[in-house]
Amino acid sequence: MVEAWNSWIWPTVWIVIKILVIVVPILLSVAYLTLAERKVIGAMQLRKGPNIVGPFGLFQPLADGAKLFLKEMIIPSGANPGVFILAPCVTFALALIAWAVIPFGEGLVLADINVGILYLFAVSSLGVYGILMAGWASNSRYAFLGALRSAAQMVSYEVSMGFVIITVLLCVGSLNLSAIVEAQRGMWFVFPLFPMAVIFFISTLAETNRHPFDLPEAEAELVAGYNVEYSGMAFALFFLGEYANMILMSGMTTVLFLGGWLPPLDIEPLNWIPGPIWFAAKIAFCLFIFIWVRATFPRYRYDQLMRLGWKVFLPLSLFAVAVVAGALLAFGWLPTPVAG
Amino acid sequence: MSFIGRSAKALFLKELVSGMALTLKYFTKPKVTLNYPYEKGPLSPRFRGEHALRRYPNGEERCIACKLCEAICPAQAITIEAEPRADGSRRTTRYDIDMVKCIYCGYCEEACPVDAIVEGPNFEYAAETREELLYDKAKLLTNGDRWETEIADRLRADAPYR
Repeated sequence: MVEAWNSWIWPTVWIVIKILVIVVPILLSVAYLTLAERKVIGAMQLRKGPNIVGPFGLFQPLADGAKLFLKEMIIPSGANPGVFILAPCVTFALALIAWAVIPFGEGLVLADINVGILYLFAVSSLGVYGILMAGWASNSRYAFLGALRSAAQMVSYEVSMGFVIITVLLCVGSLNLSAIVEAQRGMWFVFPLFPMAVIFFISTLAETNRHPFDLPEAEAELVAGYNVEYSGMAFALFFLGEYANMILMSGMTTVLFLGGWLPPLDIEPLNWIPGPIWFAAKIAFCLFIFIWVRATFPRYRYDQLMRLGWKVFLPLSLFAVAVVAGALLAFGWLPTPVAG
Repeated sequence: MSFIGRSAKALFLKELVSGMALTLKYFTKPKVTLNYPYEKGPLSPRFRGEHALRRYPNGEERCIACKLCEAICPAQAITIEAEPRADGSRRTTRYDIDMVKCIYCGYCEEACPVDAIVEGPNFEYAAETREELLYDKAKLLTNGDRWETEIADRLRADAPYR
């Protein structure tokens, strides 16, 4: 009994506790991200945004959640019920499992694996499956077209994102996310790799189907894209997944370019603040830019989107890989490979 | 040269950044929202809202059942029936307004020789059923009693322009 407790039950319980400690704040921040988005966009359009439910509208996400929870989930008669229900679960689960490798602070990471960035990249690419399944299983033209667009868009922008990640990896010499953050102790990668950071951020906008690249749900032409047929809790899962993905992508930007949990300057008052708070503040900053961009730009046309992805970002990021690799070699700045 | 200039502009996202600077400027500006149920905008004395039948200060109803409002109503929303009262004066026995048909043109108010039917300042009378919007004489008179001070103020304010 004691044996089983020590070797199996306790580790399981411990890992579940750790997962909950990560997942619950993420879900809470997703809920409040929706409120923040409405508030910020409202402010930029000279409106007030939600301010009735609770002080400053702070209980609005709870009200929205309760509403979605109580709504009926309709499965269209032409739909494939199994895949139809699986799709939002896939989207939601994929948005959460990626957090396993994100380091919140020094040593504060659920799974400190050496291929962390590859894992993250793979999981974010898998996200397209949830959308494709939703579009296909709905058996509806709008949903199907939305899903096709979404898939094409995510695949296109992943290419340039991959190259941007490669430039960062060249500077670090490791795929481990904690090592990537540690390598930025002297200087965050936004400064030397600024154009890459911009390309990466714009690609994350496309990757999460956010404005101005929200063609999959272009409501003027596709009603709502891949999630037209969804209602109630299934829709809520898509919604949560989408916003969790936004937070995840902001986390990825933070780890790769904004120095993760590191304070901006390693000096007295700044390094008293614990790492996770710096990390959260940087994510919040990225999310603000996400929302800010949404409030500013109109939607891209589909051909413009593809042109930007393949004819601008891909050559630029390829060129940057060559330049960064060349510079590292020429000046002898190559990092010493980290063991593992 | 212009090619280089354009490329530089595109590469440094000049237009995008200036657009974002504009939205950020608006982000901090004071908001123009009227917090509606708690704050309300000003109403003109000619605002045509919910109908009301008025009374004289001694409590006698003003309407003399001339049926001019019924005749002029372009939506035919008003129905009046009348017969002499016991004291010999001519009064309505029925005065219905179908608030669903009404187009709020204000002709009834203009046609009335005794300022009996008026459109008051109230616009918050939404109901959950259609039947609640079929107003009868009792309802209209109650409205008149409830809104009399406001209605009198409005008529006084507008009188110089009529």
